[in-house]
Amino acid sequence: MANNSSPSRYAAPPDALSLAVEWHEAGEVVAIATVTSTWGSSPCPPGSRMVVTKSGRIAGSVSGGCIEGAVIHAAQEVIASGQPVLLAFGVTDEMAWEVGLACGGKVQIFVEPVS
Amino acid sequence: MRISTIAALAEAKRQRHPVALAKNLMDGTEFLLPAPAAPLALHEAAAEALRRDHTVTHEIDGVLWFIEAHNPAPRLILVGAVHIAQHLTPFAIAAGYEVTIIDPRGAFATAARFPGIAILAEWPGPALAALRPDAATAIVTLTHDPKLDDPALDAALHSAAFYIGALGSRKTHAARLQRLAERGHGAAALHRIHAPVGLAIGASGQAEIALSIIAEIIATRRGSPLATRS
Repeated sequence: MANNSSPSRYAAPPDALSLAVEWHEAGEVVAIATVTSTWGSSPCPPGSRMVVTKSGRIAGSVSGGCIEGAVIHAAQEVIASGQPVLLAFGVTDEMAWEVGLACGGKVQIFVEPVS
Repeated sequence: MRISTIAALAEAKRQRHPVALAKNLMDGTEFLLPAPAAPLALHEAAAEALRRDHTVTHEIDGVLWFIEAHNPAPRLILVGAVHIAQHLTPFAIAAGYEVTIIDPRGAFATAARFPGIAILAEWPGPALAALRPDAATAIVTLTHDPKLDDPALDAALHSAAFYIGALGSRKTHAARLQRLAERGHGAAALHRIHAPVGLAIGASGQAEIALSIIAEIIATRRGSPLATRS
């Protein structure tokens, strides 16, 4: 019989929230970024999450990769201040072009500390 | 986000309880609904989000709330612990499905072949009925053996399963339809069966067939025109 203690070959990647708990319990300072709304094309629907630690660990995603850098930066500020922030990226936002939301979508992301 | 909220969310998922996470996007206040302390308007918005299985932002009394529906995960029941099932299981798990495998043949239905997966080594008809397939359940028969596939499809057609698929050629399926008709299923009911199973991607080999099956299940659940057969 299979050894039940061995990891399942069928395990999906751990979801961002369980990693947030794991890292928090390991003593890391953690922030969670959540997609709250999207318009137009986005590979990450509302409820998609990325977890960021003060030490720089990341898991999950909030876009096809175009705004992760800016969200990680914002998450570090949230970790420093302890205050949540609602971010908006999109074609009407000049900063969005700088960070390269090239798909032409719009996305709002809530970044908050884990406590 | 509070660790206690994440833990409660995980527990609801484990117990297959529908819950909604509501978060105030101004200050981060959160509720896992239903919760006695939450305002009535929030409960109403949460019930609506769960009913539509949508995650939305909603303004209540000038405050923007993020309301995330967490309905129980969709289920995939596979009849036949065969090689295609071994390929299909990891695709289904990656797509968020809870997989159960039914096969009374002990040589196939082993934990070594399906580590960590719920396996019922029972006759498909009663086993499937006991699982009470609901509108969030997909069922696929994979045995090629009428003794096993037919009673499974019979039970599947008596359920609200959103997807029923049957492996087998057009010729096999034509004969199968005749047998199911003799069990009392009408044309509309028989049309619910996707066969030959899977999207027509020209699949070659077990892994590609498995991929075409999970793709068709997703297309059906998401209402894609790809899932509609003439």
